[in-house]
Amino acid sequence: MIDVIRELGYLISAFLFILGIKYMGNPVTAIRGNIVSFVGMIIAVVFTFFHSTVSLGNLGFILLAIILGSFVGVYLAQAVKFTEMPQMVSFFNGMGGLTIALISVVEFFHKSNLDKFFIISAGFSGAIGSVSFVGSMLAMAKLWGMFEKSKKSMAIRIFNLGLIISIFLVFVILILKPSPWLLIMLFILGGTLGFSGVFPIGGADMPVVIALLNAFTGLAASVAGFAIDNNAMIVSGTLVGASGTILTILMAKAMNRTVWGVIVGGFGGVDQTSKFEKGNIQEIGVQDAAILLRYSKKVVIVPGYGMAVSNAQNEVHEIEELLEKKGVEVKYAIHPVAGRMPGHMNVLLAEAKVDYSKLYEMEKINPEFKTTDVVLVVGANDIVNPAAKNNPNSPLYGMPILEVDQAQNIIFMKRSLRPGFAGVDNELFFDSKTRMLFGDAKETLKKLISEIKNL
Amino acid sequence: MDIIFAKAYIFVLAIILGFELINKVPSLLHTPLMSATNAIHGIVVVGACIVALTADNTFLKIVSFIAVFVGTLNVVGGYVVTHRMLKKFKKEDNK
Repeated sequence: MIDVIRELGYLISAFLFILGIKYMGNPVTAIRGNIVSFVGMIIAVVFTFFHSTVSLGNLGFILLAIILGSFVGVYLAQAVKFTEMPQMVSFFNGMGGLTIALISVVEFFHKSNLDKFFIISAGFSGAIGSVSFVGSMLAMAKLWGMFEKSKKSMAIRIFNLGLIISIFLVFVILILKPSPWLLIMLFILGGTLGFSGVFPIGGADMPVVIALLNAFTGLAASVAGFAIDNNAMIVSGTLVGASGTILTILMAKAMNRTVWGVIVGGFGGVDQTSKFEKGNIQEIGVQDAAILLRYSKKVVIVPGYGMAVSNAQNEVHEIEELLEKKGVEVKYAIHPVAGRMPGHMNVLLAEAKVDYSKLYEMEKINPEFKTTDVVLVVGANDIVNPAAKNNPNSPLYGMPILEVDQAQNIIFMKRSLRPGFAGVDNELFFDSKTRMLFGDAKETLKKLISEIKNL
Repeated sequence: MDIIFAKAYIFVLAIILGFELINKVPSLLHTPLMSATNAIHGIVVVGACIVALTADNTFLKIVSFIAVFVGTLNVVGGYVVTHRMLKKFKKEDNK
């Protein structure tokens, strides 16, 4: 009877997860979707303790772990800055992967009769969980700027292939001759694969990598559900595995990349530096930039990761309001993958209370650049690089870009001439219509604002 | 055997459902969705609790304690981060 109650609880939670994901697909209902799915999670956890075959003797330390985990989880999630959200998602995803590996270990040591079905599902889920754990930690480090450059080479590919083969072999031996130490060895090899698989991938592709590892963790959760015979894990894990896979493909598509290309293909594997004539760059002072902006009819602001790092969204909003007050038409051009994550810019600008109707998607704004007097690029680079359109040798080639090179004038706000995240030079810096305005985005915008006020 | 097949059906149907639910989502929701599904696979905390209930020596108790702890991190952190992201969108709707 008690097990029936548990399964009914799981059924309700599965329904709530599905409803939650459904609501998440629409901006209007998204917040409700997250809450619905959270309720489903609480129900699943509470009903788990309705279990006829286990004693509740360990309940004390389990509750302690849940309480501690909740406090630390809430703290980390609240403390993280908005620009660092993707890292945090990656971290939590890695924790999920680690949990799965640990579940397999405990169950393996504890179980008295290890049937083949259990060994296969526990081994498989834990191995994928280990890949996801280590891969996510490394992806997080890369987003924080550690070893962010792409380092693809044949040697790493061969190493990874060898690793996959040895994982397979260890797995086969484990099935034939089960031992907990082989299981742990399998997980260590899985973790190594997580590291060496993510290591060569450039930081620009991390969103796709994290989405993929998220799908991996979902799949591993589902298989672990088979291992310990838990329906809630099978249903929810599979949902995440499947929706996570689609999400990965959609995100890769938004950057005009394929998932295969991200994981295996060569992004920046060949040295792509300067295939074009480097002309002279032209700098502009704050004063001249202010005049140029103030006496334009139409200005388009292109925000990028630079705005996010220097937390300059409020200043961007202020300059937009100021120019509008002076009779300048101002719009925002939002590239689908500006920043480090799709939707990154939308979130930041919404935080600064920018009117949603002023944000234009790439397809909508591109035809308008021809009639734009000044494009103000705030810390963006790759997403406006014309090489994506006209240089077939560029690793960016084929990525849809904001066609700011069509505008009359371009002001580039950047900290330095450093190439963008993809590690590719931008010929737009050397365009005769371009003026570089060097400095931290926030500081420079503040100066610009006070200059424009005086005009 | 029947039970395994019933579970295989659940598995296949959930795959199809997962695919269908996410298709045609606007790109600005990609990141929150990834974060939300990340929170949902935190369901592994359920598995961690179950194995923790069966842990009968110090080693297994320690490992399963860690498992429940990091699983809870995945759940709670995942939901809070998603909620923070989505709150930013909500302001726009109220306008």
